[in-house]
Amino acid sequence: MADFSTLKNPQWESRLYTARASFTLLVLFLMLGVLLWRYHDLQINRHQDFATLADNNRILVRALPPARGLIYDRNGVLLADNRPSFTLSIVVERTENLEQLLSDIGELLVFKETELARFEKLVKRRRPYESVPLRFNLSEAEQALLAVNEHRLSGVEVSAQLIREYPLGQELAHVLGYTGRINERELKSFDPRRYKGSHMTGKTGLEKFYEDQLLGEVGYENVETNARGRVMRVLERTDPVPGADLQLNLDSRLQKVAIEALGEERGAVVALDTVTGGVLALASMPSYDPNLFVTGISTKAYKALTSSPAQPLFDRALRGQYPPGSTVKPAFGLAVLDSGTVTMGYRIYDPGFYQLENKEHKYRDWKRGGHGSKISLYDAIVQSCDVYFYDTGFRAGIDVLHDYGTRFGYGVKTGIDLPAEAQGIMPSRDWKRGVRGRAWYPGDTINVSIGQGFMLATPLQMAVVTSRLAMRGEVHKPKLVNRIGNEATPSVSQAAMTEIPERYWDLVLDSMVGVVRDLRGTARRAVGKIDYTMAGKTGTAQVVGIKQDERYDASKLAKLQLDHALFIAFAPVENPRIAVAVIVENGEHGSSTAAPVARDVINAYFNYYPELLEVSESEVEEGSALLAPVNPSERAHESG
Amino acid sequence: MSQGDFKRSLKEHGSTVYGERKSWQALRIDFPLLLLLLLLMAIGISVLYSASGQDLNYVKRQGVFMGIGMIAMLVVAQLEPRFMQRWAFILYIGGVGLLVAVIFAGTGAKGAQRWLDLGFFRFQPSEVLKVGVPLMLSSYLGQRVLPPRFKHVLVALLLIGIPATLVGIQPDLGTALLIFAAGFFVLFLAGLGKTYLLGALFFALSVAPVFWFYLLRDYQKTRILTLLDPQSDKLGAGWNIIQSTTAIGAGGISGKGWMQGTQSQLDFLPESHTDFIIAVLSEEFGFTGVVCLLLVYVLIILRGMMISIYAQSMFSRLLAGSITLTFFVYIFVNMGMVSGILPVVGVPLPMISYGGTSIVTLLLGFGMLMAVSKEKKRMGEQL
Repeated sequence: MADFSTLKNPQWESRLYTARASFTLLVLFLMLGVLLWRYHDLQINRHQDFATLADNNRILVRALPPARGLIYDRNGVLLADNRPSFTLSIVVERTENLEQLLSDIGELLVFKETELARFEKLVKRRRPYESVPLRFNLSEAEQALLAVNEHRLSGVEVSAQLIREYPLGQELAHVLGYTGRINERELKSFDPRRYKGSHMTGKTGLEKFYEDQLLGEVGYENVETNARGRVMRVLERTDPVPGADLQLNLDSRLQKVAIEALGEERGAVVALDTVTGGVLALASMPSYDPNLFVTGISTKAYKALTSSPAQPLFDRALRGQYPPGSTVKPAFGLAVLDSGTVTMGYRIYDPGFYQLENKEHKYRDWKRGGHGSKISLYDAIVQSCDVYFYDTGFRAGIDVLHDYGTRFGYGVKTGIDLPAEAQGIMPSRDWKRGVRGRAWYPGDTINVSIGQGFMLATPLQMAVVTSRLAMRGEVHKPKLVNRIGNEATPSVSQAAMTEIPERYWDLVLDSMVGVVRDLRGTARRAVGKIDYTMAGKTGTAQVVGIKQDERYDASKLAKLQLDHALFIAFAPVENPRIAVAVIVENGEHGSSTAAPVARDVINAYFNYYPELLEVSESEVEEGSALLAPVNPSERAHESG
Repeated sequence: MSQGDFKRSLKEHGSTVYGERKSWQALRIDFPLLLLLLLLMAIGISVLYSASGQDLNYVKRQGVFMGIGMIAMLVVAQLEPRFMQRWAFILYIGGVGLLVAVIFAGTGAKGAQRWLDLGFFRFQPSEVLKVGVPLMLSSYLGQRVLPPRFKHVLVALLLIGIPATLVGIQPDLGTALLIFAAGFFVLFLAGLGKTYLLGALFFALSVAPVFWFYLLRDYQKTRILTLLDPQSDKLGAGWNIIQSTTAIGAGGISGKGWMQGTQSQLDFLPESHTDFIIAVLSEEFGFTGVVCLLLVYVLIILRGMMISIYAQSMFSRLLAGSITLTFFVYIFVNMGMVSGILPVVGVPLPMISYGGTSIVTLLLGFGMLMAVSKEKKRMGEQL
């Protein structure tokens, strides 16, 4: 061996080299095998996973929010519009120096602390390449400033979204409601697919009730982006389907008339189409500007609204529950007749109060001294005699009143296409036991018989009752929306009260005509001269209880303690087309403050739609009996 | 008259033709190797065109470097191996000198100082050593009695260690690794004794933890993050490997088609035209493309090893063998790191990745291989 080490032996070296080279080649092939195994594993075994990963990398699914359906009134006046709102947002990944950028933008626009705080919070929670909104609702001047400085604001995006605008502002705030940013709670309950890309949802009113129809269907766009998030091309696109437009039965002109007629008063006006149940006007005043809520109302402005004693956010027409007072008299008149409690000829003596047998308590008539003797149902309604109804109501009993009242619609939700309608109360024995935990007292019946005591109704319910009276027991569910897209909404008729004989209807409706026409009618002067026939009923809802023998003295009471004034009416009598209920809070007497409002609304309605007053031949014949200038009290007397 | 007959008639009669045969032979070219390299360059150019985002500038520059490289290769191929053996130390010392110059006068990028700015062209001296070290070692050990004795092993280790360290501290771990590998191959092929090999293995194992914690720490972190939760640092450290393995995997069997790879075309893949170009090829041509490329590489390696085995002197054998094996190390390290089984070090994919110095150096190496292959034939004629 030692010899080999001192001399170069080419052959031996060649063999040594070949052996080493062969060994190396073997190792080399093993390593190649490792490479092949690795590439095989990635490309064949796990191909599907990586193909998906690569697609996720490049394909971004962008939601295309649909345009929200518009809302029109019955004549095509736009009530809820979409307008573009510009949002300034920042893609942090594309900025060079975020702090520098923010201070640069800060020189152009003035930021509020809250805006920056919210932005910073969102920045921490963002996904990569997500644009984070900094300022909503940019003004035109701000947009222009940003556009001019665009070159030095890399990472800044100004994007447009459609947001709601309500051109009529506060006039329809309670009807339309408003849209607002989807909050955390809503986010949990909403189908996330439908709301992809939408930031707004209906919060109240029609916007909330018809959210499903107004929203539309979200569209999708598969876009290919490069690593820096720039969109290279659109691969696939499904257009969004805009939400359905709503056409209302409501007439914005009539709504305006109602609001103007209310003037500075707090109150509500509900006008229904008696034939279809369509809501012609639905006003609750004071109101608020719904546009403030769309982009997010400031805390200060919101506080001002909520703390106002006039409660502008409160929808009186739907949520306000008032004692219906004397407006219940036509319905209860029919109840006592149809239940057989009294006949049409039943008359009473009204000394100005009513007493139960063996009881000291005097139930006062609104008219001190009373309405005198021989008061018939006709007289009782025309003059709004309380004692007649104390007497007959007590005779009929609460069960009868409850039964008829409920069938007329008291204490039952009307089913209008708006959220959060109040139910009102048509009290009964069961109700009192359940809610108050007490037995029903006879005195309770007496209070209920003139729409006081436990009884409560919303102005909308009163309008539905009026419509039912006008149509002699037939009534349709009140509805605001006439058309959703191209489809007419069905008219839903409610259980009719056809079993009540026509002569009872004749008498009661006749007496309601008397309310506005008879010399002693409580609303004759308030309504004044009209070119058509009208039937109505005044009402007064007590706000504070008046003690025994104490006189209601308006001068002693603060404005907020004054009685609420009520008036219900329909017209024309022979072929009713419109039913109206009006409440003027603390308006004292239905006759003086509420009736003129109803009259203005009905006047305006027939002014806008004079054809509704043209009565066909057959209808004239049918209605002629009612229209005949006879003394209605005599007719009642005859039939009795 | 058929072509075969024509040739035969030429052989029989044409003395003028004989002169032409001579001029053919006078130019020393190994045709199998040349053809394989041309094929590889064609693949490289087409993949680069796609990987650079259809940028003809890259393709042109790469083409120019390939041209320069080819000329350099053919020039070197004409050199006598004995001449190379004699003057190897000049290239080696010159290279080391330039490496030292880099420390004082080099320009850098991304925190590493690797280049010498020659005004018109930025030159990377470490590339010279990729050829210089095996050349020097082959020259040194070729003259010694093999297997090398302890003294010679020490000198050889020193010859490897100096440039490898200089490159390593630039820092350019990839090149240092390649230089070390080239030198080690010479030693191994020269018949380095089993004792040394075991000692080296033991040494490597004991030094490994030091490397692990002080040198490969970042890669280690990257690897763990990538393996455990690729989403944890999707935009940071894990990005390169996530994107390259995704590109490779997305290629499947047959790939997405030339210029259809979304990962590279949409810039998700970093360094797509340089170190990570294999991911582009994998995505666009699939596993089939990878196997085809490896086949070309393997044929080149087999040809190289054949040349080395049939070489006439030990110097030629060692030189040819180490150049061929280093070529394989390039491939293995590059393809391993892009596919996520090796840490990311800056090693280009030979002849495919964009980069002038690397191509010229590689072709220079192949020129030496050709010189060796021709030496054999000439010697055969003489014998």
